[in-house]
Amino acid sequence: MQQITTGDFQVIDNCLMIRLPEEIDHHGAGIICENADKYLLREDVGNVVFDFENTRFMDSSGIGLIMGRYRKISCFGGRVYAIHVDRQIQKIFRLSGLNKIVEVLES
Amino acid sequence: MRNEMELIFDAVSDNEGFARMAVAAFITNLNPTLEEMADIKTAVSEAVTNSIIHGYENLYGYGKSGSTRAGQEIHQGKVRVHCMLENEVLHIEITDTGKGIENVEQAMEPLFTTRPDLERSGMGFAFMEAFMDELEVDSVPGKGTTVRMAKKIGVGSWIAQEEIIS
Repeated sequence: MQQITTGDFQVIDNCLMIRLPEEIDHHGAGIICENADKYLLREDVGNVVFDFENTRFMDSSGIGLIMGRYRKISCFGGRVYAIHVDRQIQKIFRLSGLNKIVEVLES
Repeated sequence: MRNEMELIFDAVSDNEGFARMAVAAFITNLNPTLEEMADIKTAVSEAVTNSIIHGYENLYGYGKSGSTRAGQEIHQGKVRVHCMLENEVLHIEITDTGKGIENVEQAMEPLFTTRPDLERSGMGFAFMEAFMDELEVDSVPGKGTTVRMAKKIGVGSWIAQEEIIS
C-alpha cells in the first residue's frame, strides 16, 4: 500500500513551492518535513509557499510541519505563505494562531 | 436511532487514516455537513495519533532522521475506537493501554507538548476540544488513557461556529 504522501517540491525564483498531499497527518508529515528541510538548505531558497490545492484533510501534525519550516526559514529572514487554503484549513490556522506567522494568499 | 461500532487496531501510524475514515463512514447516513465531518475526522486523528506516539511511543513510520527508521522495533499495543450514535449524538471513546499521562491538565494546555523533537504542535487536545462538543480525558500512568468525545450531528447549518479563538 503505497500512498503519495510526500508532497511535491519545486523551486521557483527564490521560493520553495510545496504542494501538499491530500491528507496531512502524523503518518505523512515526517517525510514531508525531511524533504522540505533538504531544500531549505539550498542557498537559492528564501521563502516557502505551502500549496493546499489538493489537501482535503489536515490535523495538528500539519501545524507542526508549517511551524517547524517557519522557524528554519525565518532565521534567515524568509517568509512563509499559504495558498489555496479551504475553509476547514483556515479554521485550523485560526485556532492554532498559525495565521499570525503565515500569510494566507487569496488565489 | 441507536448504532454502535468498535474497532481495534495496531498502534502504528499507518492506521491513523484508517481510523478517521472508518468513523467518518460510520456517520455518513446521518447526513453530516462537510464541516462536521471534517471536525470529527480531525478530532479522531488527534486522539489516535496521541495514543500511538505518546501512549505507546510508537514512532515507526514517522520517517524523521535520528528518531525513527523503518525496521525499528514496533511496540506491541492496540488502540480501541468505540463509537456510539444515539439521538444524533456521536459518542467516541478512544482507548489505549500505553504509558498514560502524568498530568492531564498540563497535557491539555494548548501548545504544551512532551515531544517538541518530533515537531508536535501541542494542539491535539485543543483541537479535540474545539471540534467536538464534549471532551473528557481519563488517564492512569502506567495503565493507559481513555479519551471520550461527543458531538451532535446535523446542527452545523444553523449553529455558527465562528471565532472560538480570535
